Formats: sequence, structure tokens, C-alpha cells
Amino acid sequence: MNIRQSISALGAAVTVALAGTSHATELEVTHWWTSGGEAAAVAEFAKAFDATGHKWIDGAIAGSGGTARPIIISRILGGDPMGATQLNHGRQAEELIEEGLLTDLTELAEKEGWKDIVNPSSLLDACTLDGRIYCAPVNIHSAQWLWLSHGAFKEAGVDVPKNWGEFVAAAPKLKEAGLQPLAMGQQGWQQNLAFGTITVAVAGMDAWTEVAVNKNAEVAAGPVYKEVFEAAAAARELAKGSNVQDWNLATNLVITNKAGGQIMGDWAQGEFQVAGQVAGEDYTCLPGLGVNEILDTGGDAFYFPVVKDEETKKAQMELASLLVSPEVQVNFNLKKGSLPVRGDIDLSSANDCMQKGLKILADGNVLPSGDMALSPDSQTQIEDLMAEFWSTDMPAADAQASYAAIIEAAE
Amino acid sequence: MPTDAKRPLRIFNNLSAKIASIPMILTVLVVFVGGTAWTVVHSFTKSKLLPKLNFVGLDQYERLWSTRRWLVSIENLALYGLLSLVFTLIIGFFLAALLDRKIRGEAVFRTIFLYPFALSFIVTGLAWQWILNPDLGVQQVVRDLGWASFELNPLNNPDTVMYGILVAGLWQGTGLIMVIMLAGLRGIDEDIWKAARVDGIGTAKTYLKIIIPMMRPVFVTALVLIASGIIKLYDLVVALTNGGPGLSSEVPAKYVINYMFRAQNLGQGFAASTMMLVSVAIILIPWAYLEFGGRKRG
Amino acid sequence: MVENVVETDTVPQGPRPRRAFSRTNIMLYGTLIVVALYYLLPLYVMIVTSLKGMPEIRLGNIFSPPLEVTFEPWVKAWSTACTGINCDGLSRGFWNSVRILVPSVFLSIAIASINGYALARWRFKGSELFFSILIVGAFIPYQTMLYPLVIILREIGLMGSLWGLVLVHTVFGMPILTLLFRNYFTAIPEDLHKAARVDGAGFWGIYFRIMLPMSLPIFVVAMILQVTGIWNDFLFGVIYTKPDTYPMTVQLNNIVNSVQGIKEYNVNMAATLLTAAVPLLLYFVSGKLFVRGIAAGAVKG
Repeated sequence: MNIRQSISALGAAVTVALAGTSHATELEVTHWWTSGGEAAAVAEFAKAFDATGHKWIDGAIAGSGGTARPIIISRILGGDPMGATQLNHGRQAEELIEEGLLTDLTELAEKEGWKDIVNPSSLLDACTLDGRIYCAPVNIHSAQWLWLSHGAFKEAGVDVPKNWGEFVAAAPKLKEAGLQPLAMGQQGWQQNLAFGTITVAVAGMDAWTEVAVNKNAEVAAGPVYKEVFEAAAAARELAKGSNVQDWNLATNLVITNKAGGQIMGDWAQGEFQVAGQVAGEDYTCLPGLGVNEILDTGGDAFYFPVVKDEETKKAQMELASLLVSPEVQVNFNLKKGSLPVRGDIDLSSANDCMQKGLKILADGNVLPSGDMALSPDSQTQIEDLMAEFWSTDMPAADAQASYAAIIEAAE
Repeated sequence: MPTDAKRPLRIFNNLSAKIASIPMILTVLVVFVGGTAWTVVHSFTKSKLLPKLNFVGLDQYERLWSTRRWLVSIENLALYGLLSLVFTLIIGFFLAALLDRKIRGEAVFRTIFLYPFALSFIVTGLAWQWILNPDLGVQQVVRDLGWASFELNPLNNPDTVMYGILVAGLWQGTGLIMVIMLAGLRGIDEDIWKAARVDGIGTAKTYLKIIIPMMRPVFVTALVLIASGIIKLYDLVVALTNGGPGLSSEVPAKYVINYMFRAQNLGQGFAASTMMLVSVAIILIPWAYLEFGGRKRG
Repeated sequence: MVENVVETDTVPQGPRPRRAFSRTNIMLYGTLIVVALYYLLPLYVMIVTSLKGMPEIRLGNIFSPPLEVTFEPWVKAWSTACTGINCDGLSRGFWNSVRILVPSVFLSIAIASINGYALARWRFKGSELFFSILIVGAFIPYQTMLYPLVIILREIGLMGSLWGLVLVHTVFGMPILTLLFRNYFTAIPEDLHKAARVDGAGFWGIYFRIMLPMSLPIFVVAMILQVTGIWNDFLFGVIYTKPDTYPMTVQLNNIVNSVQGIKEYNVNMAATLLTAAVPLLLYFVSGKLFVRGIAAGAVKG
């Protein structure tokens, strides 16, 4: 009884509070951007949203995959959702949409012509289910980068490689100089990222699409992917002796010239910047390993859970519109170090590596991200396989066979 | 005594006991039985992100038992569990016995042994990662001191990684067991010691023959606490190795949580957790019933 | 740290004291000190790291004392570290954590101690079965219970409220705590119980007048367990609260667990130590209650 009474008292208090602030709607927004640069980027969203007279209630929860997701989903399932939430776009939200738990943004998107401004268009496809749009993409992150230490190659007495082939050729020199050729954090997702990057570089777009999107197990078991696995096995040799765990510790090996290079996403750039290094002088970035200059277009998007309150609904739409607006896009992405989702804006203040990325996007050399193509379930299985492959002497052929089996079973 | 139950007074009094136990009964029925049944039912479905009742029979279990990661996880848990159980009990009791011997600065020592229990493992795991890292930690220091062939690199070797985790696990878990043992020792009557001394029984023998048998309930508590911690082993592994190198330090709870939330394959996660629960229940319920339900008292 | 000498002097415990420098004593303290060093090593690494600047940490010697001591990371962790757009560090969630902690600890211990007492002294038909199932419950990873709990709380209307959170902590604390109390109460001599019954004391009378006063050490253990567990809880804390009332662990997680951002190890270490301050304080001061048979004497006398 007491509990029930205190709840109704609480409810009354909340109602009063809401009534008092009916013009400015408070919108709780969940996201997992919490480090310095990320927080500064989110602040741009909040600033712009608060300027409309509403109030951004920040619900930051760090740790994308395993940590934030169950919390976000619990809140939505429990009938007590936040006003807006970050989720990786792609197949993650499908079921929430099917259950009718997420708001349809199609009307807004059509009014503002998202189809024409969002570039590459695959970003919007990832937000679309049965022709309806359910999320607002905010940025693009790509994984396919090789980061090289100029200092390490100088010490080894070889030129800084311009592509993966040259890197492999230079590796023995690095070893002779007592350096680690390839830095690699010993965690499944990093090894999987490296594998994915090697795949795109070696197999090229067509074979990749056949496997990742069309789930063609024959191609996965075929000769093109055989080369991929052999290249990965070679990279495994180069990564031997790299004993760190966190990705940024591996990046640090590159920064301190203890390792020749690292395969890591564009977020690694932040580490170089903090260490005061200059792209092109102290380090080089090679998108697509310098072989196939293709980037994936993973990234983040915001979804809006269905709520009952009309004022909140309006505020949700205002926020959605704001997130893709040009000014907010520029301010946010410069702070975040990621690429904007629209092709029609000027980013001349971006640094060397970001410019390279922008050019590739403008040329349209993009893949749908693995997130969009393979289900998280298949991805986890591949991650497990990669974790094993990279840390043992598993023959390339065995790994390929297991890989093909996962693709075969993928939905 | 059980025979008391026949007295009428007992029935009336027992009403209070029954009323007082309502929260427990509700918890057991609604959360533990209800929640477990819910989990088991959903383990026969192909629920992905959200729980749904789209049944697929035993598919999830077939996949589970043909997944290498799951098999490795079970092996690792068996090894870790056995060692952790034995060492935690021994170290916990040993430390408690030392502290119970009228030590100066008992509070300081007790706090030192217990403090790891209070620290979030997200970061202490990192401290251990560094200490056990060959380039940063103890190995380097010892080598700098002149012992060039010294090797301590447990976390990067698939054969030794579970022992590395054990070192950190014991560091975190023994303090609490020590405290429970200490509370148990403090519950033992001073007269017992006096009597033992009068009879000329040595200290070690008094512990082994008299004190430990008297502390049986305390040991049972400690055992359940340690064992449940072992089954739920997750944070420690995530913080230290994240399952690596390769799959060599994967554990079942990590499989469950990864598949539920990261792979978004609830059905698979539930199947794995059902397997864990079933094995626990098979061992535990008969034992618990004998231990707690039998004629034994005190 | 201050040595707590007074307490050990007044309390009789263990075998009779020996001369100060006996061989046993040297071995005793020697062992304790060596073991203590093993326990302290990670703490040392963490404290030293938390007092260094990031450039010094990048140099990589984890054991060396800081060349230049800086308290910057501690200040940052407590009051300026950003978690999302709020840049006021851990301090933001401290009182929220206290507000969650107090009712949760109180309710969970109260219920569990009564359970334990009923199971030890007032059994009824089926009580052992319930208890056995409860013990199995201790082995369930919390995470698998997440969605069923969300559904249960949604149905009883407690989703998103502090009382929902208190309820969850009570439920998950129940197995181990009940076991703890049950086994402790079982060990209290049956004679006391019988004598009280003869004097006409009932269920509650015996609980409050005999069991409670005799059980301080086990209440301390229960408090250590619950305060630590609830204070460090992140998962339930974040699900059942709103951003304004997030507990401190949410900030800790946000400071420490950034995936793609820069990792500031010194701030992470300082934040971890700061978060642990409340349970650590409890561990240290609880010593006063860790004494042998306070009430046992009183009852006998």
C-alpha cells in the first residue's frame, strides 16, 4: 500500500513539474559518446537543440555493444522509453520497428528531402524498413585504414609503404631492426576489423558483396577468398609478438615508433592528434590499405521510441530535423572526427586523413557496412573465429572452411 | 527440534514465520521459478533482439553444443572453478585464522585483504593486465634486476591464461571469504579454546579437529558464495583478457551475455544459460535439500 | 591508515597472546606482511598511475613513482570529467548513489535476516524447498534475468521508479544473505531459543531481543556484501533510473569505458578509487563490530 501511495504521489509530482514546463519539452537522449572529443561533439547537438527552446536531457552510457544496448532495449520494452536514442544503424533496430516501438520519420524525411541530401545513400537505406524511414543518420565511421609510423620505417631504413604489398615486403626489415611490424590488440573485434579490411582490399568489392550481402557460401569457400585468408595468415605472422589488449595501446606502439603499422578505424586518428603528430609527417594513413580505396559507411544514427505525449512527439521531430541540418552536421563531425552524412557541405577545415576519406565518399567508393549486411549474430560468430585464427596457428584453409559455414548458415 | 511442530503453540507461532517468509516465497516463485521458466521457454525459440515465441525446437541447443567457443568455455570454467574453490577456501580460512590470533592492527590487515572486493573490476583488471604484461610489469622489473631469463607472461599464452586470471580472481575474492570465516571464528566460544588447551591439544590440531567441524555452516555459506561467483565469472575475464588469446579464456557466462546482447541472439543466449542452470540445479538441489532439510541442526 | 589498536586490546579472541618476539609471532606477522604486499601491489600501481600525467604514463613504467606528482586526475575524475555533455565528473552521481544505497541495503538485509531466522528456527512445511530453490537463484547471472524482470516490473507498475530498483536489489541479494543469516542463526545455541520460548517470547520477540543482539558480526558481513554490491551496481542502476538520478557508477562507466575515445588511464584509476571510497570506509570502520560474542556474555550474565 505504501509503495502504491508513494508512486501516485510521485506521479502527481511529475505531472505538476511537467505542467510547469509545457512550452519547453525535456527530451531524454541516450547515447554512448562519453570521452572528451565525443562529449564535445554531443554538446553541439545539445546546444542546437536547447537553442530551439527545448531541453536536452543527456543520458550518456558508455560502451556501445554489450553495455548500452541492453539498457536501451530494457527501457523501451519496459514502457518507459527515452525521447531519442543512438543505435548503430543497420539491422539492429529491425525488431523494435516491427514491434511498433520506434517512430516513423518518413513524413519528415520526405518533407526535407533526406533522400537527396544524404550521401552515400546506403546510409538512409540502413534506416529504411519496408519503404519507411525510422532513423536519422548523423555520421560516418570507416574501419578500413592502415596507420603507419614514419619513425619506425626510418629506423628500419625503408621508405614508408604506399600500400599493403609494400608493407608486407618491408616487414622483414622492421623485424631486423627489432620492431614490431604490425601492432594488434588481442581482442576479437580488432582482429575481425583487420580481417574485414584485408578482405575488402584483397577480394575487392564484387566478391565482398557476394559474400557479405548475398551470403554466397560458394564464393566464401572459393579461390578469391582463399587469397584473403592467405593474406590474413601472412598478416598474422606480422602481428606475432604484439601483446597489448586495448586498441589504443596498439596505436600507441605506432605513435612511439615501436611498431610499423596498425589496421584500425578512423577513430585512431584522435590518438595521433593527442600525441601531437601530424598526418603526412609523423604518420601516414592508407584507406583501404592503399590497395582498394573503398570505405565502409558504418556510423551512428538516432532512433525515436514511440511515446504518448504529444509535446514530446513534436520535440522528437524537431530533434530529428536538427541532427541532419548542415550546420549541426559540420560542427558535430569536426569535433567527433567522423565524416558528415551529407555531401553538400564544406569541410575544408578537416585534416589530411579526413580529406582522403571525404574524397573516397564523393567518388562513391563505399560498401554497405558489415552491420548492414550481416546480422550481429553472424558477426559475433566471425569475430569468435577470428579471435581463434589470429591467436593460434589455425591453417588458413580451416579458417576459410569455418567462415564459409558461418556464411552458409547466415540469414 | 522437528518434534516441536506437534505442539499447538508452534502452529500459531509458525503463522508469524509464514507471514514473515512471504517476501521470500514470492521472490522464489515469481522471480526465480517464473523467470527461469520464462528463460527456458524462450531457449526453444529463435528470439533475436526481442523475446518472441517463435519456436524452433532444439535448434539452439544443437548449435550450442556444436560451437567450439561453448565447449572451450566449459573446460575453462571447470579448471578455474576447481582451483578457485580450493584456493579461496584455504586462503580465506588461513587469513581469518591469522587475524583471529590477537593481532595488532587487525583492522588494517583486514581492510587490506578486503579492499579489492570494493573496486570495480573494469579498472583493476587493467592494473592486473599491466602487472602481468611482459613488457610493462613484473617480468620486466625482475629482468632489469638481473634475472634475464625470468618469465611471467601468463595472459598471452593460451596454456596459462586461466592461471593468470586465477591470480587476479583470488586477489579479488579471498578477502570476502576471509571476513565470513572471521565472523564464524568470532562466533566460537572462547571456552572451546580454553578446554582444548587444558586437554593439551595443539593449535593446529584444535583448528582441524574442533574448530573447522564447528564452523560447518560457515563453510557451507562460503562454498555457495564462491561457487556462485565462479559460475557467474564474467567481469574478471572481460577486464583481463576479453576471452583471449583467441578463445582460450572464454567462460560460459560471457558466452551467454555476448550472445544475448552483442550478437542479439536471445534464443542462443537463453539456451546456454539454461544449460548452466540445469547443471547447477542437478548438483545443487539434492545437496541443498540434504544439507538444509535433513535432520541436521547446527 | 591508522592502526586500530584499542579494539584488539579490549576483546578476547583466539589463543592466548604470546611474548612479543616469539618465533611464532615473527612468522605470523611475516606471513601477514608478505600476503598484504601481494594484495597491495595493484593498489600501488593504481595510486601511482593516478598521480602521473599522461605523457609519463605513455613512457610505460608502471611501478616507478611519479616524477612529478599531480592531483589533476583526481580533481578531474571527481569534478570535471565529461560523461556525455555533463562535465562535472563523479560528483554528479554521488548523492544519487546514496539515495539508492540506503533503502536497498536496509530492506534487503531486513528481509533476508528474517528469512534466515525463520528458516533456522521456525521451519514450516516446504520452507526447505523454497530455500533450496533460492540458493540455486544465487547462481543465475543477473543479465539473463534482465528482460523477465523488466516485464515483471512493468506489470506491477514499478518500472522506472526508485522502489523498483530497491526491489531488484532485495531480490538479488536475497539468496546469499538468507543463507548467511540462516547458517549463522543455526549456530546460535538452541538453549537460548528454548529458554526464551519458555519465558513466553514469540517469533518477533526472540528475533529482536535475542537473535539481533547476538549477531552483530554477521550483520556486518551482510552490510559489507550489500553495500559493495549495490554501490558498485551499474546495470540495474541505469535501467531503473533517469539521467537526473543516475548513480555514480554510470559516471564511472562513462569515464572508463569509452570505446573509441582517448583513454586517460590516470583519470580512470582515480575515478575507480574514488568510487570505492564508500565501501572502503565501511570496511575499515566496521572493525569495531567485528568482535566476539558481544551479547553472548550479556545473555549468560
